[in-house]
Amino acid sequence: MSKLKQALDAGEFVITAEAGPPKGTDVSQMLHHAEGLKGKVHAVNVTDNQSSVMRLGSLAGCHLLLDQGLEPVFQLTCRDRNRLALQSDLLSAHVLGIRNVLALTGDHVLVGDHPQAKPVFDVESVQLLQIIERLNCGRDCATKSGRDELPDGTELQGKTEFYSGAVVTPEADPIEPQLIKFEKKSEAGARFFQTQAIYDLDNFAQFMKFARQFEVKILAGILLLRSAGMANYLNKFVPGINVPDSLIAELKEAKDRAGDDKKLAAKNQLDAGIAIAARQIRSIHESKVCDGVHIMAIGLEAKVPRIIEQAGL
Amino acid sequence: MIISKQKPFKEILACLEGVERVFLVGCGDCATVCQTGGEDQIVEMKQRLEAEGKKVTGSMIGESACHILNMKRELRQHKAEVADAQALLVMACGAGIQTFSEVLDKPVYTANDSLFLGNVQRFGHFSEHCSLCGSCIVNETGGICPITNCPKGLLNGPCGGVDKGMCELDSERECAWVKIYNRLKALGQLDKLRKLQSPKDYCSAEKPRMRVIERKGSGTQGPGTQGPGTQGSVTKGGGK
Repeated sequence: MSKLKQALDAGEFVITAEAGPPKGTDVSQMLHHAEGLKGKVHAVNVTDNQSSVMRLGSLAGCHLLLDQGLEPVFQLTCRDRNRLALQSDLLSAHVLGIRNVLALTGDHVLVGDHPQAKPVFDVESVQLLQIIERLNCGRDCATKSGRDELPDGTELQGKTEFYSGAVVTPEADPIEPQLIKFEKKSEAGARFFQTQAIYDLDNFAQFMKFARQFEVKILAGILLLRSAGMANYLNKFVPGINVPDSLIAELKEAKDRAGDDKKLAAKNQLDAGIAIAARQIRSIHESKVCDGVHIMAIGLEAKVPRIIEQAGL
Repeated sequence: MIISKQKPFKEILACLEGVERVFLVGCGDCATVCQTGGEDQIVEMKQRLEAEGKKVTGSMIGESACHILNMKRELRQHKAEVADAQALLVMACGAGIQTFSEVLDKPVYTANDSLFLGNVQRFGHFSEHCSLCGSCIVNETGGICPITNCPKGLLNGPCGGVDKGMCELDSERECAWVKIYNRLKALGQLDKLRKLQSPKDYCSAEKPRMRVIERKGSGTQGPGTQGPGTQGSVTKGGGK
């Protein structure tokens, strides 16, 4: 049984974080960061060739976290696997004790470090959720030829018991098709959502008004800002992320306070970023606008316990 | 039509290494429109090959290089020139070149790379809108194919990479799903976007594909399964 599901169903304010597998076989840093999250978060997502950069697999990463006593969320993308491989990996994940899956389409290979690769995309996130539902019902997604509704499939020797999650971008532009897709994901079997990074809590509250119509749990995406430069970069290059000017000014001020001392400027900005993240989490917790938060620290996982502590949780 | 572009001349020369006498074949159809196998390109190729010391024994521009029966017929009119050549250089598409590897024992080489099934936007501007997947879904998507127009071929709506309506992979290209959304909304058909699209059946794209249309009134039935609307006809590959 998924502990993440238990916590969300019990109405706890849930915190999840991320662990990025290494490019290589040295998992010591990933495990060190994960160790620091123990007892502080409900679950840890293990990313799947994040940003289409080849790394150690998320399935193995999840297995290592389980051994370490953490609750993993298996991020599974459709970029590198066809429906056979997806189902096979899901069965493998189940027997290894993994119970949470985050169904993703995945970034295109063109944005990663192997742009020459052939992208798969045999199915996509919504269909992957349908497939997980099938496996949970004890059947695979095999179908007789013909573009119809999912057929009955072949009976499995032992079904899966996954708690399915998906992602949503509350600040997508335009927002309407994104909301329709959110609806389809919940219809296809998503029980929890982790959102793309959000910074404007008023906008987020608007999104939550819509999301609350559905029987799904929502974890707000909190992306740690480490500098004003990073915030500007996100605004310019990452679709669906809008860092408000006031937060950029806050980071800039922290930087300016350090004068010419570059090291101090970096530290001040990171401190400010941590304070911003903690403040947002506290605000979300107090307002009960959603069911929890998903903290993305991207390489600074070691700072996550401090964010949680400053948030007073 | 099939959009093609000419290979770098160096690459063409490399495959003709040791070949002194060449017969050139163009195509009066797509390759002429793409300026890769029309009269001007044949003349230019002849001059360039001659400048490299090769002899062009003759040339022809087939009406459609992909039409095997017609090409056999047209080749007969150039029998001597073809016989004199050590190899053919075909300036057509990937289907066109294979007409000649099928009907001739001589080496045949292509001068072109075939790119995609394209629409003509205007003179010299071509764009891809169809992937020939074998089971068309545009009736569900406002007449716009997401398999082709979305780099991920998504079937249930836009990904998180849509950026102010544009595709994150190309800031000058509108997101296919935003286009589909806008069109369905304008047509009052948004309910189609809400419908879950299950995993696509890619059997219809299994290669190589074949299709035989039975002649009306022949009364014969071909082998294989038959779909609705194709009575008496057979499509192979694609399991249908």
